Amino acid sequence: MENENNHIIPYRTFLLVLTLLIGLTLTSVALTQISLGALTVAIALVIATIKSTFVLRIFMHLKFENRMFSIVVIAVVLLIALVIFITLLDYLYR
Amino acid sequence: MSKSIEIHRDDLASKTGMWFFLLTEMLLFGGLFVVYSVYRYRNAQAFHLAAQELSVVIGTINTIILLISSTTIAMSITAIQKKNKKLALLLLLTTILLGIAFLVNKYFEWGEHIKEHIYPGSAILALRGHGDVLFYGLYFFMTGLHALHIIIGLVFIGVITVKILRNKINSTNFVLLENSGLYWHLVDLVWIFLFPLFYLIT
Repeated sequence: MENENNHIIPYRTFLLVLTLLIGLTLTSVALTQISLGALTVAIALVIATIKSTFVLRIFMHLKFENRMFSIVVIAVVLLIALVIFITLLDYLYR
Repeated sequence: MSKSIEIHRDDLASKTGMWFFLLTEMLLFGGLFVVYSVYRYRNAQAFHLAAQELSVVIGTINTIILLISSTTIAMSITAIQKKNKKLALLLLLTTILLGIAFLVNKYFEWGEHIKEHIYPGSAILALRGHGDVLFYGLYFFMTGLHALHIIIGLVFIGVITVKILRNKINSTNFVLLENSGLYWHLVDLVWIFLFPLFYLIT
């Protein structure tokens, strides 16, 4: 088994991602403070999803790992989304 | 003599195990998000009003604290790969301090609520209605479970820091550092969703 992990992510990449994440956080705070009705939920969740994609791919190295890791993570996320969707369908059309 | 004994090591298996554990953590919090969606749907007005009582400023500060701490632990892996032990230790120490800062903020935040008799089981909270009881029940449980993960993460990172000090973790053997990083990032990921759901969507 090869234990060498030669992929080194430069410091600069992490700092760039951090800037982006803080920018997205402030954007999401600003946008949700204005009253946009039902859109608020959608906007906040879309921004949270974009943020988590950066955390998963760069901070958690998924971009550089075997693709199997990404596939199982996506599968679990889809499973949770599906369960929420089906549960809400039940409550909406009861 | 002892050098001839090669201890078997499999970093990929180690990381795979960590990831599978993280998947169960995602399911744990995922289940709570299902509960949140249903209760929010059934008590839209109460959730809307109760969420306005949370401080967006403290929430935002804590979000940024966690994002920075995630960055510092990620950078410590780069530092250890580049054989820069001092920088790696400094970055891990920063991560620990930021994690403690997060908990201190949380302490004051919870303290404010408890002073106003808002906590699970409070008779005064019960008078405000079922929706408020559910909102604060979820709020305290989910942020509390998250805070517990922060505490576990801090202990984990503390152990890693000592291992680096003793050269047990070095530029050729750092999978434990990577795994502690993964755990810390997961805690950050959970907060990325908790923050908008409790503080922002009002």
